[in-house]
Amino acid sequence: MSPLSSSLTRLPEVRLRPLMDSYARAVAAQRLRSLLALAGVLLCVGLAAKSAEVDLWKLFENFHRLPSYIIRIFTLESGQPVWTDLAEWFWGLSRWARLLGETVLMAYVGTALGAIGALGLCLLAAANFSPGRWTRIATRRFLEICRTVPELVFALVFVISFGLGPLAGVLAVAIHTLGALGKQFAEVVENGDMKPVDGVSSAGGRWVVAMRFGMLPQVLSNFVSYALLRFEINVRGATIMGFVGAGGIGQDLVEAIRKFYYSDVSAILTLVVLTVFVMDFLTERLRHRLVDVDTQR
Amino acid sequence: MGRVALASAPLLLLLFGMAWLGFFDGRLGRGIGKLGEMALMMLPPDPGSWARAKLYAWALVETVAIAFLGTMAAAILAFPLSLLAAKNVVASRIIHFLTRRSLDTIRSIDTLVWALIWINVVGLGPFAGVLALMTSDLGTFGKLFSEAIETADRRPVEGVVSTGASRLLRLRFGILPQVFPVIASQILYYFESNTRSATIIGIVGAGGIGMHLAEQIRTLELQQVSFIVLLILLAVMAIDWVSAKIRFAIIGRSNVRTE
Repeated sequence: MSPLSSSLTRLPEVRLRPLMDSYARAVAAQRLRSLLALAGVLLCVGLAAKSAEVDLWKLFENFHRLPSYIIRIFTLESGQPVWTDLAEWFWGLSRWARLLGETVLMAYVGTALGAIGALGLCLLAAANFSPGRWTRIATRRFLEICRTVPELVFALVFVISFGLGPLAGVLAVAIHTLGALGKQFAEVVENGDMKPVDGVSSAGGRWVVAMRFGMLPQVLSNFVSYALLRFEINVRGATIMGFVGAGGIGQDLVEAIRKFYYSDVSAILTLVVLTVFVMDFLTERLRHRLVDVDTQR
Repeated sequence: MGRVALASAPLLLLLFGMAWLGFFDGRLGRGIGKLGEMALMMLPPDPGSWARAKLYAWALVETVAIAFLGTMAAAILAFPLSLLAAKNVVASRIIHFLTRRSLDTIRSIDTLVWALIWINVVGLGPFAGVLALMTSDLGTFGKLFSEAIETADRRPVEGVVSTGASRLLRLRFGILPQVFPVIASQILYYFESNTRSATIIGIVGAGGIGMHLAEQIRTLELQQVSFIVLLILLAVMAIDWVSAKIRFAIIGRSNVRTE
């Protein structure tokens, strides 16, 4: 017991009892509800564990393989730890750097194309601009499909139609980005103020002009910051496109893992993690600067 | 002049990128024709046989189970870690620097890579998928939870401290009631997004519907592909709906509590 609490006066038992009782009554119903919710969650966990073949014993028995795998990937063929011979560890650096560049470029082009598409579609999906109820519903459903079907599934289909290589990956990233940004852009536009738009229209401005001077200044900073966030996500997403042959570093990574080129696995993962860190850092800086510019205006 | 240069740089990079990635060498046009043909072959969605439909439905249940368990396990493991990464709980700079960097590292490796690593440990199957989702969400949850804890109001904690409560009681009565609704709604949101991720981890053999999906795409059984995609869309919509209900219930209840 801390010195503070020992100096507090404690109420006599006679007065404390009714207070404690009323507290207990007050929380009893809530406790019961929480317990029921917990029981429900536990039931779901049990059912799900059966379906997903969870076997804690197997995990416990084989868990030692995880640290030993991690130690193994940080060990060179010669049995030395990787950092003793950096040239040997990063023997494929020029190839991997090119592939990483390709990965980032895929994320960039995919984000840009998706954002351009979203810019057009968000007006059709926003309640305050949509030409009609059915257009809006159709656009929203389309965007939903674009973001619910995983990128990798699009990539699998595109690899068949466009051939192996980064083109399929970029298009997959772009489609997914279109779905995600289209929704977010539409929400931004819906939250926008219509008065400036009406003002420009009433001065005789055409629709395009009204958009440019009435709506765009309001939404631009939000659009850019959503697009930058999406770019961060897409850099991560583009690193696995190679798993299905759709370009980027993924192909080399999955080959290294599957064929047990241990030290290559750690080298590529290190480069991927570094690239993601650098990209996150840069986009965060850019976002902060844009926000600053926006508040100064 | 400077503004024009600033605005045209991203555009130039875009054009350069498109050229580099093969947008202009004719493959795009040919591919779109082929894609159109494939889209027509997808219609109407058809599982082929009743047995296949049942197989896919079960695989979908497995997918949702993987997502659910992965999310729950990640949340349970991430909570103590997020306390270490929160400035207002643990006052050591070194500890949260290390915790945050490790969480970031875990987060920047994709779920599919974790799935491949866990397959080395527990073998092929949905359990590896659960562990993979758990690992990659551990990084995300740790970051999100610690941010929620850091933005928590200090006054309730001070109130609890003034009664002489221990550290544990401070967490339980000072911080937990504030952050629980935020954390719960983040968990629900990630359950939805993990259902989407869980549909693809089957591609590397970590259970769920992804294995069937990849197989049917590769063998060009496109009507079955569209059937599976339709199933996934329906499942995600259903989860969306249920989690919106639960989220509303939790947020509503916590509002009542603070009154």
